[in-house]
Formats: sequence, C-alpha cells, structure tokens
Amino acid sequence: MNKMLTVSGSPHIHGDESTKKIMLGVVYAMIPAMLVSIYFFGLNAVRVLLLSALACLLFEWAIQKYILKGPLTIKDGSALVTGVLLAFNVPSNLPSWMVIIGALVAIGIAKMSFGGLGKNVFNPALVARVFLLISFPVAMTTWPIPKVLPANLADTITGATPLGYIKEGLRAGHTIPQMMPHLPTYMQELMGQMGGSMGEVSAIAIILGGAFLLWKKIITWEIPVSILVTVFLFSGLLWFINPMRYADPFFQLLTGGLMLGAFFMATDMVTSPMTRNGKLIFGFGIGLLTILIRVWGAYPEGVSFAILLMNAVVPLINRGFKPRRFGKKPGVVTVSK
Amino acid sequence: MGILKTFVLGGVHPEENKLSAGVAIQELAVPEQVAVPFGQNLGAPSKPVVKRGEKVKAGQLIAEASSFISANVHSPVSGTIFKIDNVVDASGYRRPCFIIKVEGNDWDEGIDLTEKLITKEDYTPQEIIEKVKKAGIVGMGGATFPTHVKLMVPPGKTAEYLIINGVECEPYLTSDHRLMLEKGDEILVGIRLLMIALGVEKAMIGIENNKPDALKHLTTLAEKYKGISVHALKVKYPQGGEKQLIKALLNREVPSGKLPVEVGCVVQNVGTVFAVYEAVQKNKPLIDRVVTVTGKGVKAPSNFKVRIGTPVKDLIEAAGGLPESTGKILNGGPMMGKALLNPDVPIVKGSSGILILENKMASRPTENPCIRCSKCTNVCPMGLEPYLLSRLARTSHFAEAEKEKVMDCIECGSCQYTCPADIPLLDYLRLGKAKVGEIIRKRN
Repeated sequence: MNKMLTVSGSPHIHGDESTKKIMLGVVYAMIPAMLVSIYFFGLNAVRVLLLSALACLLFEWAIQKYILKGPLTIKDGSALVTGVLLAFNVPSNLPSWMVIIGALVAIGIAKMSFGGLGKNVFNPALVARVFLLISFPVAMTTWPIPKVLPANLADTITGATPLGYIKEGLRAGHTIPQMMPHLPTYMQELMGQMGGSMGEVSAIAIILGGAFLLWKKIITWEIPVSILVTVFLFSGLLWFINPMRYADPFFQLLTGGLMLGAFFMATDMVTSPMTRNGKLIFGFGIGLLTILIRVWGAYPEGVSFAILLMNAVVPLINRGFKPRRFGKKPGVVTVSK
Repeated sequence: MGILKTFVLGGVHPEENKLSAGVAIQELAVPEQVAVPFGQNLGAPSKPVVKRGEKVKAGQLIAEASSFISANVHSPVSGTIFKIDNVVDASGYRRPCFIIKVEGNDWDEGIDLTEKLITKEDYTPQEIIEKVKKAGIVGMGGATFPTHVKLMVPPGKTAEYLIINGVECEPYLTSDHRLMLEKGDEILVGIRLLMIALGVEKAMIGIENNKPDALKHLTTLAEKYKGISVHALKVKYPQGGEKQLIKALLNREVPSGKLPVEVGCVVQNVGTVFAVYEAVQKNKPLIDRVVTVTGKGVKAPSNFKVRIGTPVKDLIEAAGGLPESTGKILNGGPMMGKALLNPDVPIVKGSSGILILENKMASRPTENPCIRCSKCTNVCPMGLEPYLLSRLARTSHFAEAEKEKVMDCIECGSCQYTCPADIPLLDYLRLGKAKVGEIIRKRN
C-alpha cells in the first residue's frame, strides 16, 4: 500500500470556473451584436471584426514572445475579447490600418505595458477607441448609415449619429422637439437602425448578450443597472426642467454607446470595483459623467470618457467600499432567566 | 416546507457526492496495534500517566489533561504499552504517541457496553461537565476543542441556545448523517444532558435539506423532548461553520474574534453529542468514533465505527482497498481536509472521514493572473476580500492584512474553490493568519 501521494493544502476540489471559460462566455455574449453589425453594415463589419480580433491576438502573442519573453497567454481568450470589443467601438468603414493601430494601442499600451491581463487600470478597447477618436477625428465620426443586406455589400452612405445630430442642432439654435422628427424612432434605435459604432447601435442585441452574461454569472447586475438608472433619472430630470433643450431619457438610453458601455465595457472585471457598493458607485459615476459630457461637453458622446474616468478611481473605490464583514450585526441576546 | 433557512454572506455549493449515505455503520475489527497520540485536542497536549511496558485496559486513562484547555486520553484497546514514540498523525504533525499492542478484550470497570438506551436526567450541571471532562471528549466535527470547556459558560455571559450541528456540509462525508439515523435516540438524550449542563431551555438541531431521512427521523424523536427543535437548512457550504450555522438558525452574528456564547449560543456537533451520551450514561470515554471512508475510486464507500489509533490503511482495506488511481488521501472532506503523508497514520478523535482522491484530482492546476472578477469576495462567508488578503500576505504587508480582518478567515476554502484563475488563495491566507497571529501574540 505504498504509493506516492500528493500533499497540499485544502481545498482539494475546484469549481468549474476558469479564466478561459469567462472570456469565451463574453465572446458568446457578443454574438447577437456581431450578427446585427454584419446585418446592418455588411462585409465591412466582417472586415473590421476579423482584423481587430486577429491584430489583438497577434500583438499579444508578439509582445509576450519577443518583448516580455514570458509565458504566452493568448489562449486565455482575453485578447480575443478586447479585439471584438474594439471592433464594436469603431465605425464599420474605418480604414484597416487605423483598426490595426487601435489594436496595437489596446494590447500594447493599455494592457501589456501595465503588466498584462489583470494588471491594466483602463479598459483596453476604450483606450484604443479614445486614442483613435482623438487621432483620427474625421474617420472615427464618419458613420455609415445602417442598411440591410444585400444592398450594401460594399458601399454605404454616411451620416451623423442621433447624439451628434442634436448636438449640432442645439448649437445651430434648434430645439429638441424641432429635431425629433428627423431622428430615428425609438423602435429603430432599439433595433439598431441609426448611425454609430458597429457594435453599439442595437440596444436589443446588447441586452440579449447582457442577459446571457448575467445568467452565466460572468457579470452582476450592479454596474449595468446603476449606469442605466442614473442616466435615466439624471437625463429625465433635465428633460423635465427644459424639454426644449434636453433630450428625453429614453433617447439618452437608446443612443450612442450607452448600452454597449453599460453591459460590456464598464463590466470588464479587471477595470471595475470588487464589491457590490463599489460597483454601484462606479455605475452611478459613469451614468452621471455620461450625461454631463453629452449635454455640456465638447463631444456628443460621453460613455467612453465616463468609463475611463471611473476606471481611474477604481483603486480608490476598492479602498473606500469594503464588503459587509460578518459579525457587524450581533443580534440581541435575550436573557431567559 | 417554506423557504429554507441558510446564512446570508457568500457560500458555495460543490458537488455533494455523498456516496456512502446509504451504508449503515459497521464496526471495524480491533487492529493488532494502535497508535494513540497524546495531543489530539486543540490546546495543550495531555500528560502521560502510564509507562512503557504497562498493561492497560480498554477505556483506561493513559494521559491526562495538562491545563484548562486540554483533554484526557484513554486507551482504546486492552493490551500493553509497547512504546512511546513520535509518530506523524492525521494532523500532519509529528506527535508523541502511545503504541499499544492489543491483547485480549479487557475493559475498564464501570463501562456499560450494552446497547440499552438510558434516559436518566437527574444530574447536576457539574456532574455532567465532570463526566464529559473525564471522558476526554473534544469537538468531533474536526476542530477538537475540549468539550467540557465549551460547557462552562464564562462569567458575565449567558447561554440561551444549544445549537446542534448536523449540517455535514463537507462533500462526501456521511458519518454524522449515519449517526443521526442510527443513534437518534442517544443523540436526543445527549442533547438533553448538554441542555442541563448549560442551563438552557432551548436546543436547535440544524440539518441540511439533502438529508431528508435524518431530518424526518430526528423531528419525530424530538417531539418527545421539551425545547428541542429540528430545522431544515438549504444546502450551502460552509454552513457547518459555527458562525454560519448560528446565522442560519437565529440570524445572529458572532462578532469578530468572539465566541458563539457572545450571542448566547453554544454549538456542538452530533458526533460530540453522541460521545457525551456515552460518557454520561454509559461511563464510556471517547475511544472510538464513526469515520466515513469514501472516494470515487473506492470499491465500497463505507461508514465504520473504529477505535481511535487504528491505522488509516485498515479502514481503506475494509472499504475495498486502495484504488490503483489514488493520488491523494485526505483526513476529512475535500474542502477542509488535510492531505495525509501516508496511509499508516492513526485515526484521531477529530477524524470524520477518509477521502481518497484520484490522480486526476490530486494535483493543482497552474496559477493564472488574477482577473479581479471578485468571485472570491462574493463567496467569502466572512465578508472578506481574499484577493486582497492573499496579495497582502504574498507581499508581507501583515499589518494591513490584520486591518483587513485576515484573522476572521475560517479557512473554508470557498475562495480558492471558486477562483477562475486557480490562485492558491487559502495558502496565502493561512500564511497571513500565521504571521498576524504571531504579531498579535508578541503585542499582548
């Protein structure tokens, strides 16, 4: 009965969670939005998706192999997630070389220079989006109008996003009710028939993916719900005060990158807080900043900036918001004799 | 049945794998030789009172409690003290041990070995505590804290409830389950005795809902006794932890660093209760216990009643032998059990099960970077942040680890069980606890 036995500390069993499983889960959750982007933007969407994903994987592999000379982790799926998210965050007609630059910024600067998976402070895909937006403002805001296959297999005409349209309109002295008839209906916005980055247009596809993430317990409800509720209440308040100047809360919820941000970008595990209360504050901050930027900022869209700004305060939130420790609620001891 | 009670913070639900739940307790033959460590209890090791070469009877005192938190040790067999030697026991530590060669079947005087149920209750609390102390009873759920110490409520504190732990939340283990089914009457008498010792009017038995037969059996039996209630709990690990069980049953939280009596509770495991019954009604010291032998590769997963000091390999042999695929042998369950160095170590008072894990389950996967998913924080039943504590311990920031309540960790392993990056979180938490414990001892 003498065998070589393994001796190690408890626990001796492990649940079925793994990094790879989580990352692949996120990829699965992005399938509805991917399909919608291909449906609306045609082969260009396929080009950007493939290019972005492959470039992210390639850069991660190359940096780990030739610069860091450490272990290779492209199999964990995190670079693939970044790649697809980056594609979601750019217009489908973005030139290929810009997509590749975006991938390099996301993986090289935002992820690897911080130490790789788990160490980055900012969401890599968003860093790349903002980098591209600042570097190539025209290309990054030239939005193809979504049409339906097969009419747009190659070319698309371009237009403004609803948020961009009202920003310009307000500057030109128009009121919100004057502009509303020229904008997509709520139903069109819900389905994704509006200008925007390729993965952000369809709220319904994103909510579907978000529901999958919640079901699989890859994300928890706190961040998306607090973002959406804050945006709804804050923009609702402004709209209530002056409906001529401020767009209604449903418009704010359905346009721009809000849904994508709330379910896929802000919920990135690495760059969001660790406790329930911390997550609620984080989401509240994102919602607040989003509307502040959209309404008073120079840019029509504020979700990316809002998330990146809140990413920066995550370490502080983690220090300030601790989980409820056991033993804080002793209960009353009734003396029975 | 309405909504089942459970604790609120954290918890996990590993595969239950209660392979031996349907197998009745069998008495294992007395081995030729036993090894009985002196220090089987938490606290100070006991002091030997017999010498090498001396003849001993089964049930005879061989080492006595050396201080307040210490427990007597009795010979589990009749025979000769062959030698006193240092032996690695199931705890993994080398401890002084009596090696006893078994001869005949002589029992110490006054021990009632019949199966007859004795329900006598006219004892004073002191008499019961004295008998428990004499019998060398320790917490048999695994913590091995001397039971008589738990029965002496510190001055200024009041015990209101006796909580009986029949949770058995560790996967695979079934010894408490079988005991509740087969020794239900004795357990209820034991509970009455403990209620008298503590001077409490109410006792609550907590049993997880995956043992409906035990729940039903004890509920029926409890009707005959005043003040004892049986409660079904939702299956969730680590509900067998004292603090979690009190929370589940009474919604009271034992404050950080305090004992259950702080919230009016004293918790005893069903195995301990049975030992108390035997000690008080039968004058029988703690010299045997029920041990589950189980594992997916084991031919006949079983529950054995064995003498303390029996080599683990005898139990494994009786359960069909050590499978070819064995990679790890545990004393205890898969979540909190200790890996054994070899199968020759003796069974001790705190051994509730021997779990044999196959090769493929024996080694740990490679550690990946933390992706800050916060799952460890979500499952921690004490509301701690294992990702943070492990990092603080890894980088020797022990003062900060103390502030972050590392000492509250109950080492249940839920964090490491859940971690998608396979980080050995509990290893680092144990390191943190050890170092912070040292700092606290130096300060005081």
